[in-house]
Amino acid sequence: MSNEMNTTSFKFSTSLDLTETLGRRAKNLQELLLHLKEVPPSSVYYHTHRFLQQHQYLSPEPPNDFAYWVKNVLGDKVLGEKLFSIDILQFGDIESLRKEIVRTLEEYINLSPDALMRFASLGHEFYFMKSVQFILPLPYEAHSLEEFNEILRQVTIYSIYYHMFDARLRLGKNDNDFSMWLKSCVREEKLAKQISKLDPYTHTLEELRTKICSLAEERLHA
Amino acid sequence: MLNKIADYEPVVGPALIQELRLLAQHLKGRPMQHVNATAVGGGVAEILNRMIPLFLDLGLDARWDVIKGGERFFTITKKFHNMLHGRKEEISQEDLDHFQEVSQMNLKEMNLNADFFFIHDPQPIGLVHKKGEIGKKWVWRCHIDSTVCDPFLWNYLEGYVKNYDAVVFSAPSFSKPLSIRQTIISPSIDPLSDKNKDLSPEMVDQVLEKFKIDRSRPIITQISRFDYQKDPLGVIKVYRMVKRNIDCQLILAGGGATDDPEGLQILEMVQKEAQDDPDIRVLFLPPSSDIEINALQRASDVVLQKSLREGFGLTVAEALWKGKPVVASAVGGITLQIAHGYTGLLSHTIEGTAYYVKQILHNPSFAERLGKNGREHIRQNYLITRHIRDYLLLMLSLEKEGETIYL
Repeated sequence: MSNEMNTTSFKFSTSLDLTETLGRRAKNLQELLLHLKEVPPSSVYYHTHRFLQQHQYLSPEPPNDFAYWVKNVLGDKVLGEKLFSIDILQFGDIESLRKEIVRTLEEYINLSPDALMRFASLGHEFYFMKSVQFILPLPYEAHSLEEFNEILRQVTIYSIYYHMFDARLRLGKNDNDFSMWLKSCVREEKLAKQISKLDPYTHTLEELRTKICSLAEERLHA
Repeated sequence: MLNKIADYEPVVGPALIQELRLLAQHLKGRPMQHVNATAVGGGVAEILNRMIPLFLDLGLDARWDVIKGGERFFTITKKFHNMLHGRKEEISQEDLDHFQEVSQMNLKEMNLNADFFFIHDPQPIGLVHKKGEIGKKWVWRCHIDSTVCDPFLWNYLEGYVKNYDAVVFSAPSFSKPLSIRQTIISPSIDPLSDKNKDLSPEMVDQVLEKFKIDRSRPIITQISRFDYQKDPLGVIKVYRMVKRNIDCQLILAGGGATDDPEGLQILEMVQKEAQDDPDIRVLFLPPSSDIEINALQRASDVVLQKSLREGFGLTVAEALWKGKPVVASAVGGITLQIAHGYTGLLSHTIEGTAYYVKQILHNPSFAERLGKNGREHIRQNYLITRHIRDYLLLMLSLEKEGETIYL
């Protein structure tokens, strides 16, 4: 568990990832589809979330590796757009996200079989990766909204990432950790809902921190 | 003076340093030993030189040793290096026998005593024979772009690699079908080293004056070892194409490493090519030239890295960290550092490189935006603190099972 919900305090943790390759590579859409159906869930998660931790500046680049590769390496802008516009927030677990990516690819290939003729050059193939995740408890504990706001300003973006993203999709909880605690332990239902409604995939992590802190402050000064 | 982990707080923030300390507590007092082929020159020695004191400061018992080998040994391992890059080389059975003899000699002479061994690049790869005797965890850290590696050489090296517990590559495209774990860890730069620390404008002026470089005209620079794979002659062609429209200067600066006997030959070729043009400055710098390199990068209007093959290309990270616009080849680890059009520009040809250099020189605000994004990208992903974190995670992962590890 990332934080103990049976107590009234919020215990902050952080998530640190070590990247591994799976030794699988794809040079066209057919191979991408084949491997995508077989790789472990951690690989699907890695390729749809890596950019969030690595890119701390806003760019209109596709926000997941599948979309980026299809658009920039295979040069298929239409499929690239279809892939990057998949709304990850709509999926409660990795398997349903995987199914949607597979469905998008299959549907596109059926309609445009010529897309299979696009190949990546040597060294630019899609390399399937995954990450080993380490969850490290931090020596920070919030007992009130005030303390929560104060600590949130100090922790790394990896801690924010863990509580906002990992909790929901990777660890299979229904909501992000912050909202769950705010709702169940400090009875801040409105604030919890406001944070749940944020689309974290269209913010950088620093922006996300600023947004959550300003929502918390608004509530504190209300 | 040895660097301390706390010194990095102003650069990456205190919270990140705290996370490193918390992580390191799980490996407190554990011995780790790094082995490579050269103590001076080249990216590997540079990183280890800065990293070992930081591991010590974090409470690990870290040490670094260098294998011994004569000129013949390093000529053979230079061939290995080139073949990993995909270049054709003649390698005889006698060469392989000599490589093994030197590996045996190093096995006898070197004190290998740790819980975790990090063996860097092919030169010391044979040390893994010791694993049969003492066990422990062994990591082969390959810094070289092996995307199009010569199959004969890889077949030979695989005989050693398969005995390791894990192999670390700098980029996913370098990976190979292997039965052992393959981790991706990018190398890094040290923001506090002489090569990367902030310099006063006076200091930059002083260095440029020393080399008699004109500050009034645009400066294009490539900093790298004089090596065929860095394509210094291609850089001169790029400069000549740019020079048709813009009155610019070219600086080609770099040094050599003790394990690279080819460097002087390449330097001579470059000097010959540049001899009739006073606006091309070829600077062969001694290993103690970090401040000079730092100043040359800071004084540049565009930094190039026109490599044909590249392990990672630390000079790209160095230039980006200084907020400089970079035009670099889309090879090896460079593509991890540069998102085309956002943190720099990626090129594939001499003509394309020249076009991008002109684009940057004509558009200062575009150049500034690339440099600003580039610096933040390096801060987030390619500083020594991230590198240390990845090594700590790798050590922990070698002793703990599973995809999610609770510490």
